Amino acid sequence: MKTHLSFFLPFLIAVLLLGTPSDAEDRSDAEQIDFARDIRPILSENCSFCHGPDEATREAGLRLDTESGAAEVLVANDSDASELFRRLISDDADELMPPPESNRKLSKRQIDLIRRWIDAGAPWEQHWSFRPIEATSVPEAPNNKHAPIRNPIDAFVQNKLADEGISPSPQASRSTLIRRLSLDLTGLPPTPERVAAFLADERPDAYERLVDELLDSPSYGIRMAWPWLDAARYADTNGYQGDRERTMWPWRDWVVKSFNENLPFDQFTVWQLAGDLIPGATLEQKLATGFCRNHMINGEGGRIAEENRVEYVMDMSETMGTVWLGLTLNCCRCHDHKYDPISNREYYQFFAFFNQTPVNGRGGDPQTPPNLSVPSEQQSNELVRLSGQITRLDQQMREHSKTLAPRQAEWEKSHRAKLEKETQWKALNAVAVNAIHGASKVLEDQSILIDTNAANDDYTVEATTDVSTITGMRLQTLRHPTMTAGGLARSNSGNFVLTDFAVSIIDGQGGETSVKIASADATYEQNGFAVGNAFDDNPKTGWAVHEGKMVDKDHTAVFRFETPLRLTDGQSLKIIMRHQSKHVGHNIGRFRLSVTEADEPKLSSEKDDLLIALQTNPDKQTEPQRQQISREYLRTDKTYRAWESEKSQLGKQSEAIQKALPKVMVMADLPKRRETFVLNRGLYNKPADPVDANLPEFLPAVASDDSTQGDSMNRLTLAQWLVDPANPLTARVTVNRFWQQVFGVGLVKTTEDFGTQGEIPPQLELLNWLAWQFREDGWDVKNLMRLMVTSHTYRQSSKVSDRETYDRDPDNRLLGRGSRHRLPSWMLRDQALAASGLLSPVVGGPSVNTYQPPGVWEEASFGKKVYRRDEGEKLYRRSLYVFWRRIIAPTMFFDSASRQTCTVGVNRTNTPLHALQTLNDVTFVEAARALAETILMEGDLADSQRIDHIMQRVLARNASSAELDVLTNGLTRTRKQYTENPEDALQLIEVGQSPRNETLDAVEHAAWTSLCLAVLNLDETLNRE
Amino acid sequence: MNPLQQNRQHLTRRHFFGRSATGIGTAALATLLNKDLSAESSQSRTAIGGLPSLPHFAPKAKRVIYLFQNGAPTHVDLFDWKPRLQEMHGKPVPNSYIGERRFSTMTGKADGKLLLAPIEPFKQHGESRAWVSGLMPYTAKIADELCFVKSMYTEQVNHAPAINFMLSGGEMPGRPTIGAWLTYGLGSETDELPAFVVMTSITKDTTCGQIFYDFYWGSGFLPSRYQGVKFRGSGDPVLYVSNPNGMSREVRRGWLDDIAKINEMKMDEFGDPEIATRIAQYEMSYKMQASIPELADLSSESRETLDLYGPGVEEPGTFAHNCLMARRLIERGCRFVQLMHAGWDQHNSLTTELYNQCRDTDQSSAALVMDLKRRGLLDDTLVIWGGEFGRTPFLQGDLNNRARWGRDHHPYAYSLWMAGGGVKPGVSYGQTDDLGINVAENGVHVHDFQATLLHLLGIDHERLTYRFQGRQFRLTDVHGHAVNEILA
Repeated sequence: MKTHLSFFLPFLIAVLLLGTPSDAEDRSDAEQIDFARDIRPILSENCSFCHGPDEATREAGLRLDTESGAAEVLVANDSDASELFRRLISDDADELMPPPESNRKLSKRQIDLIRRWIDAGAPWEQHWSFRPIEATSVPEAPNNKHAPIRNPIDAFVQNKLADEGISPSPQASRSTLIRRLSLDLTGLPPTPERVAAFLADERPDAYERLVDELLDSPSYGIRMAWPWLDAARYADTNGYQGDRERTMWPWRDWVVKSFNENLPFDQFTVWQLAGDLIPGATLEQKLATGFCRNHMINGEGGRIAEENRVEYVMDMSETMGTVWLGLTLNCCRCHDHKYDPISNREYYQFFAFFNQTPVNGRGGDPQTPPNLSVPSEQQSNELVRLSGQITRLDQQMREHSKTLAPRQAEWEKSHRAKLEKETQWKALNAVAVNAIHGASKVLEDQSILIDTNAANDDYTVEATTDVSTITGMRLQTLRHPTMTAGGLARSNSGNFVLTDFAVSIIDGQGGETSVKIASADATYEQNGFAVGNAFDDNPKTGWAVHEGKMVDKDHTAVFRFETPLRLTDGQSLKIIMRHQSKHVGHNIGRFRLSVTEADEPKLSSEKDDLLIALQTNPDKQTEPQRQQISREYLRTDKTYRAWESEKSQLGKQSEAIQKALPKVMVMADLPKRRETFVLNRGLYNKPADPVDANLPEFLPAVASDDSTQGDSMNRLTLAQWLVDPANPLTARVTVNRFWQQVFGVGLVKTTEDFGTQGEIPPQLELLNWLAWQFREDGWDVKNLMRLMVTSHTYRQSSKVSDRETYDRDPDNRLLGRGSRHRLPSWMLRDQALAASGLLSPVVGGPSVNTYQPPGVWEEASFGKKVYRRDEGEKLYRRSLYVFWRRIIAPTMFFDSASRQTCTVGVNRTNTPLHALQTLNDVTFVEAARALAETILMEGDLADSQRIDHIMQRVLARNASSAELDVLTNGLTRTRKQYTENPEDALQLIEVGQSPRNETLDAVEHAAWTSLCLAVLNLDETLNRE
Repeated sequence: MNPLQQNRQHLTRRHFFGRSATGIGTAALATLLNKDLSAESSQSRTAIGGLPSLPHFAPKAKRVIYLFQNGAPTHVDLFDWKPRLQEMHGKPVPNSYIGERRFSTMTGKADGKLLLAPIEPFKQHGESRAWVSGLMPYTAKIADELCFVKSMYTEQVNHAPAINFMLSGGEMPGRPTIGAWLTYGLGSETDELPAFVVMTSITKDTTCGQIFYDFYWGSGFLPSRYQGVKFRGSGDPVLYVSNPNGMSREVRRGWLDDIAKINEMKMDEFGDPEIATRIAQYEMSYKMQASIPELADLSSESRETLDLYGPGVEEPGTFAHNCLMARRLIERGCRFVQLMHAGWDQHNSLTTELYNQCRDTDQSSAALVMDLKRRGLLDDTLVIWGGEFGRTPFLQGDLNNRARWGRDHHPYAYSLWMAGGGVKPGVSYGQTDDLGINVAENGVHVHDFQATLLHLLGIDHERLTYRFQGRQFRLTDVHGHAVNEILA
């Protein structure tokens, strides 16, 4: 560094490193006082904390955020008589406002403003963003020779500039414009061919044609989707410990599609917040509600489910507040808003809209229901085909079974006889059943149903049998619809714990002989709950059958007696079943007892059930029994059997596809409303007053109709209210966000806050007009984008015309020049891939893992999450499709939103670490290498021509002669360096997974690669200019 | 005069008498220059960036090393000696100590839980007669340098929220952490290294480690340049710091100069001061490429120093290594070094993993304090050692199964220590009750601790604020008082 720059580098470094916070802005005294601009901010900042909307902390019952409140301490036109003013200038520390200990102090200028405002009659106005959006007249603008008024945006902007005595800038060069437009609308640089065509296009509407072409490009939706994904906190994992992978990407693809198809923003809104509630909702409308479910999910052990659930609902409500209302609702979790007229109660009214999903906060399932399986087109076709085939088979089988029916009775008779010969087991004949706490009933199939709600219950069964020699007893536990989830017991999981199973012989005279059980088997034994526990000496241990999910199977145990029993006349069996474990409600709900005389008593087979069904009087058979008999009978027919097996195969194929489908978490409301309460301090376990879903009082209600009142309000009401013409916020907030996307900074800089503490836009009239225009135009997003980018304001050159003008508006808030700002990191990556020709054309589908330094996930997760880089074209997909792990976001996307909570602002910082990335990351080095290869393969060209081609691909222009000198010298120098170090050359051109072109000379290729890498790191490349 | 100041004077001359055609960067520089020209600097280094109004008063400490112990070290087994806990071993917690207090869902209600004596004996050490467990022999030896705070308490009962609370003043992610506030407020003392560095480690084979979430060093709503830069335990300490294979430093240097030349042309043509910042950014990245390997190269450390920090010091990713790196970082002007060591969450491994945990942290923590002292750095460097809450003086597990003894989360009382940087050495502040369950005297809330930390750096915690979402935010929320009694 031999230039003068080195001298002031350290200072620049300071700015770079830590910046210089500055906010000074003064207004001349001669100007008229504007309440919204001059007075409300003073009152809001200095008074609202104690005299604002928050009732709980309001001092002296005085509020200064409303006209009526302030009127109590104001005498219009007389500041000296106004208590409010007197307190500002009081010498008495006890009287002075704001109180000295508050660390707030009004400047002399502010006090003067208040005085002048009171003396001018103290006019009060509603906060600007809460006023209705109405038609505004477009101002007359001065005639600027180099800055035509192309649409009303220019009229507003240039009118304001004229007021400030600043001239607008002329239009930027065509090559600058095409690059600017392409990046802003598609996130990609223009191809050299497109640039050449545009430069040669002499039609007067060449620019407009280009705009239309870009708006129609499929890349438009991809570019538009990124900020929306930031707002929607979209990620591919849950976040928190565990950070399990989810499959929300069909929702992401829907967002891209919606932008491309130009779904009007009002529908875009309603679908995402309440698509499921639209009558006759389509799959797409339901899918859209994935927006609400993109929040983090906490699956940490020890977390309280309800606490999680409340957190999710808060996240949904607050995201809605930020994205559509531009309001910081989160302040109101615990108290009334300090500055904006939203109460604590109203926060929970919003909360109540989202509080109706069946999600319970338990566990960390990354596809927590309600969810929606979203097939691809191919999968969808396949499923339709399979289901058609199954239906046809069903039809055939039904027809065929009719022809078989006449011979069923005969088969039943013979089959029963056969089974009776084969079976070991004979059901006991229960003569008395007694449950200590419950009622019992012997069912037709000889099973016993116990209706008990006791924590622990014991049963006694007395039974007879005609089996003469009894070697063992079988206990079948059977599911029943009255049990939990149709399982085996009324416990939380449908599981039971049988702590004791005892058999004895009674003689009816009071004599009782217990029977010793020698061994037992069971169809399943839960870990630590073996069947042997049911006849050990420990009354607390027992047999249970939980398999880690709700119990959904019948289970059987066989108890073998030490010595066979022979019952004599008058003797019967007594069976005692105890459930005395510490597990509440784990009492067997339905069971059947049978005995056998077989030498080796064995667990049952299905055939036993069939036999019992056949033995049951046909009038008394249950429906399942009838079906079982019929099924068994039909299966004796060969043709029927073949069809059945074919159907089962098809079913399995269909199931496999279903299983592989991505499941998107979506919204659905519980059939019965969940009650909502104000939560003290926002704590889930401190409910206070109950509240209903409702809209805030300070904003206009929806045009009244019965369905929007009281109890019947739901998310659909909320969503429709957001896009109702009476809603003053949604259109303003939305237009502002799109403006920010195109111009780098919103018309309101505080994109996330349109409340009284947010910025009052310097171009307020323009924002109001745009919001009105957007709404009147049917919320047409493409039209809005077109309007913005075809304005002269957008087309201006971003050169600083002169120092003085710059100093008057360094942040370009008045838009006297085109904006110039660094591209988001994701776009830098896409730009490099596109310019080099590496960019993969594949869009949509599951997210991909591209280049990332090794060990990043592993270090963050103690090795639990292993990064598996994808191969081939997946490495070169657009950034939108890169897998987003929430606990450790992709390292290449510096300055990105964290995707942990809703983010609508932009973050544009500048640290050396960013430079290190674009200089050293494999993606950029490989892109440079590929770009060099493309250029070198173009045949016999001079170095200067090749350099021009590189510049064209990256910057849409040729190199200037000065640039050419620098780059040519650099190339010569590097050629020499690599000639001296040929191994280095080889290493450099082997960076990245794509194969290098081995026909190219390694030294030459390396030298050009290093040049391309430098071009990819030029300030102009990093910026949209 | 150091080179930085020299350069500054050059610039001053140039700024006022020389180049001003396009006024590049002058708007942004003016504030900075005014501050530096008027400030009487007694510091050996001058801060780069930072707020002109800071420090609010003369600081005692200029930089901080926070040895954060993730997972919550057990106060009653390490520093808070409770003879009565020993006597009552195996007896149920008296109800009067517990009341309706809420514990984690693992414990539920605490009544009936059995008290557990410290698992190792304590002894008094040094002139300060500080009680330290036999688990911490090295820390015991430097007790006279330390200020123990034994009456810490917090509001959070789970790890992530409690760690956030300790480091950012709020339980949810999204607020700036202490390091971010400090670099925002005080600026940096180096242009070759990040001002706020984080390093993490975990004891090998530990079963109770918690994830290091990146929001533990986040900048929240402050610009993201203030977020901590995480040095990695393997590979390059800083992501992307190495040139690609085949790109020598000479080749890189040449192209960086060329990039700068073209960017200068751009600057002359466009007049956008951001371009000047870009040039500086690229120059700094080059410096960082040299200074980071230099920082990580321990060959200049003597054998004696390496041994002082203990086994593993030469192995990147260990706590010992990170402690030595912390010293090297602050020597080079780093403002805030945050080490995080995981594995203190002994729910059922008090008699096994706690020993490893102490072995891996005790010696190097003590070594760091002594090494700073002998180099004269301890006076203006604040070292903090502690976790997010304490552990229950009562047992989690089965009293008869010593091998699986554990303690649950305990937010109602815990201990930490500080050293250097204007803190009184050889004292113990605050007390818990005779069972170590509740704070009995001079309670220090997390916000009080944070206020004290800022105070030591010359900052009034109520006046370091940042406006976000329409509100002035600060580290201590709306609470906190500096604990004057422990200030030297």
